[in-house]
Formats: sequence, C-alpha cells, structure tokens
Amino acid sequence: MKTVITVVGKDSVGIIAKVCTYLANNKVNILNISQTIVDGFFNMMMIADIENSPKEFDGLASELEQIGDEIHCVIKLQREEIFDAMHRI
Amino acid sequence: MIQISEVLETNNMIEKENLDVRTITLGISLLNCITDDLDKLCDNIYNRITATAKDLVKTGEEIEREYGIPIVNKRISVTPIALIGGAACKNPEDYVRIAKVLDKAAHEMGVNFIGGFSALVSKGMTKSDELLIKSIPEALSVTERVCSSVNLGSTKTGLNMDAVRLMGSIIKEAAEKTKENDCIGCAKLVVFCNAPDDNPFMAGAFHGVTEADEIINVGVSGPGVMRKALESVRGTDFGVLADTIKKTAFKITRVGQLVAYEASKRLNIPFGIIDLSLAPTPAIGDSIADIFEEMGLERAGAPGTTAALALLNDQVKKGGVMASSYVGGLSGAFIPVSEDQGMINAVNEGALTLEKLEAMTCVCSVGLDMIAVPGDTSEATLSGVIADEMAIGMVNQKTTAVRIIPVIGKSVGEKVEFGGLLGYAPIMPVNTFSCDAFVNRGGRIPAPIHSFKN
Repeated sequence: MKTVITVVGKDSVGIIAKVCTYLANNKVNILNISQTIVDGFFNMMMIADIENSPKEFDGLASELEQIGDEIHCVIKLQREEIFDAMHRI
Repeated sequence: MIQISEVLETNNMIEKENLDVRTITLGISLLNCITDDLDKLCDNIYNRITATAKDLVKTGEEIEREYGIPIVNKRISVTPIALIGGAACKNPEDYVRIAKVLDKAAHEMGVNFIGGFSALVSKGMTKSDELLIKSIPEALSVTERVCSSVNLGSTKTGLNMDAVRLMGSIIKEAAEKTKENDCIGCAKLVVFCNAPDDNPFMAGAFHGVTEADEIINVGVSGPGVMRKALESVRGTDFGVLADTIKKTAFKITRVGQLVAYEASKRLNIPFGIIDLSLAPTPAIGDSIADIFEEMGLERAGAPGTTAALALLNDQVKKGGVMASSYVGGLSGAFIPVSEDQGMINAVNEGALTLEKLEAMTCVCSVGLDMIAVPGDTSEATLSGVIADEMAIGMVNQKTTAVRIIPVIGKSVGEKVEFGGLLGYAPIMPVNTFSCDAFVNRGGRIPAPIHSFKN
C-alpha cells in the first residue's frame, strides 16, 4: 500500500534521521522524499510503501504520531489515493 | 508522482479550512418488511436496519483514519414509512411506535440521524400518509435521532394544498410538543417540492422507491475551502471567479468520490450518488455567507446576493459533475441560517430578511432552511410561507424545501439554541398580513404548463 507521510513542525536537528530510522526498523520502503520550509515551519513529505511492514496501517500511524510528539512535530500517515484523487485527472 | 505542494494543499484544506466529507448515508429499503401485524413489522424493521448497517460506522471511521479526512456523520435513510406502515398502522400512535423502533436502531448502530419518517403526498394523501403526518409531532418529541420529511408537490403533479395546510399545523404542533427543548422537533422536520430519492442530507433524507435494496450516498462539503480559494482571486473578473469555484468544487468532490467508492467496496453495497453540496457548519469560516463576502458583498443579503448565489451554485455543479459520474441528491449551495455563522451575523445586522432568503432559494440548491420565526406565527402563515417556497420549486423544476421553526414563547430579537451541527438562530420577523382565506381553500394547485413534456 502506497502512503504519504507528512512531518510538519519547527525545524531541528535529526528529524529526518528519527523518522527514517523508525521506518527502516519497520520495513517501510521510502520511494520519494522532499522537504520545504513554509512560514518558518519545516515540512517534509515522503511517499512510502508499507506493504512489507509487519505492522498494520493503524499501528504505524499511531507510532508515527508518538514520534511526532517526541520531536515536537505533527506526523501524519495517509493513504496516497486521496492526493491522487484531488490533484490528478 | 504527487508533489509536496499538492500534499500540503490537501492537508491545509482539511486542517485549516474545514474540508470534510459531511456524511456517508446508507439507504435501506424497508419494502420487504411490510406486514399487517404491527409487532412483526417493528421487529422486521429493526432487524433489517441493524443487519444491514452493522458495519457502517466502523467502516466510516476506518476510511477517516486511513485517508486523514474527517467523515462528520454516518447516517441511515429508509423507505418512506408511510409506505411501510400502511397495512399495520391503524392510528397515529402506531406510527409513533415505528418511530421509536427507528430511533432505537439508530442508537444501536451509532448513527446520529435516521431519515425516512416520511410521506410522499405531492398529488394526494392516502389514509396511511395522513396518519403518519399526524403522528409526526409526537414521533419527533419522543425520539432523538429520527428525521421526518413530507413531499408536498412536484413540477409534474402541482401542489397538494390540503397537505400544505396540514403541515402548517403539524409544524406548529411539533414546536409545541418540543418547546421545553428549543422546539427541536421542527429542526428535524422538512417539507419538500420535487424531493429527490437519493438525498444523503438530513433532515430530508429518505430511501426512494426507485432505489435498490441498499445504496451508499455521500454528501461532500467545503465552504471554508471555497472561501479560501476565492481569497486568491480578489478583484478579478467573473470568468476567473467562475473558473476558481469550478476547480475547487472539482477537488472537493473528488475526495467525496474516493470515500464513496471505498465505503461501497468495504461494505459491499452499491454506490449511489455524490451530493456535491456546499453545506456550511456553525464553525467559524465554514460559511456560505463568508463566500459572498469574499465575492465582494458587504454582507449576505446585500443587493447582488442572489446573483452571487446563482453563480456559486452553478459553478459548484459544473466542477462537481466532472469529478463524479453519478451526482444527485440536492447538489449545490445550502443556505441554512442557523448552521452558518455568517448568515446569523447577516440576520442580526439586518442585512438578510426572510423575503431575501426566499429570492435566494430560486437559485440555491434547496430552500428556506433552519429559519426561526416568532412562536406566535399562525399555522396559516406557516402554510403560506411553505406554499410560496413550493411554488418556486414547482415552476423552476428544482427541489425546494422549508425547515422553519416557530419558537414557542420567543419573539423577534431573541435567539434559539439547537446545539451541535444545527447551531443557533436569531428569530426573524415574518410578514403578518393574513393568508388564511387563501391557504384554507383546499384542493390542489395544478401543475405548470411547462411540465407537459410528453
């Protein structure tokens, strides 16, 4: 299942490392990664495949949310289709 | 591949501009429940609803989590009960029993409303229709989640003025019976002209007899998203304005289409329609009136409001039909007063009157919605307001509706609080010149000449 992970919050050292380590440990394959700063906030988006992860969608989503709390960012895991539906004909 | 700007745009719509899917409504036919034994009928209805809808709320919540889009309501609509209870119900109290069964099933399933305590009487009333209509005030006062609607006319049949007259007194009685509770009964009761069979929105949802056994209909929303999009085209001409509305409506509707498709697949129930409506909520910024202001009107109700609404309604449809092959229901812009903070402000400041709202209903998707009027408004006046609104629907071949609340014990200048999505409403003045002799004539207003297209 292709998903989009977004990380939004105040920029600090090690955000990407922390998220990527978690994803690697849970066998989530990152397909694409991009980041930008909007209004002083760090915005990162990853397209990731969770097909081979031993964890279910809900488990990954809530653990990522917890990591977000630790690093003072909001981390969301969403299925990719909602973005395709809205932005692609 | 999806770009970061697109992801951020979608998530901003959800987090900051109140984008949501307003409702997944599961339509259930109760035709196979019919029997002449009332106890058996009640059992059949309860079993049919609870067996069919058992996974509705769970599935809605799963979709919410996985896509990160709020699905505000999960609801059920059923076949108009006047058609189901005809053989078993001998008096209005029998219909009240069915309403209680619907309410119990709604609680059991965790849905916030169940629609279809309804009668379709656009040309004439059967005995069963009349009994159901007479049971509405009691039914709405002893239940919490049951919604009721009555179709009083259509372009093809004309207006059933006997039923229009009856509904004036039924609305008044429903207000009286729930006066301890801000006359909430009237907020769950709507009358229609040209009622659609596949409307997912309450209070007027019912599962039409033209529908299959079960169907999933989805209502989308997003006034806040629309207002934000229009902010970026301030001062441009109407072509740009129209184009921006269309593109935004497309995006909103595509999300609804995705949710409808997923819900249909997971519940193994066919997908019916998307209702591509701009439905406001009392949340600040989630307002149709704010869109008018963004379009260049000082307040909703200012001269130009009807034109602005006509443009908005039409462009929403044009953008939406590109996004889904099956659109239906009410589709367009809703203009309820109590559910829209901008409309409430416009009424309080004297910018928006009942008469202007009536004019706006000629070009909006539904009609006079969630309007609070003084409690001493006469039954005949309520019928007169309804007749006017029904006439607009009949002649313009569109759905119109009236959801009006005569607030017992209150008068102009006061307000009534319904809470939740229903919001609060200032009491609006009503023209007090009499229409008694007109509405008491009885009979039908014939169908307009342009209805004869055969």
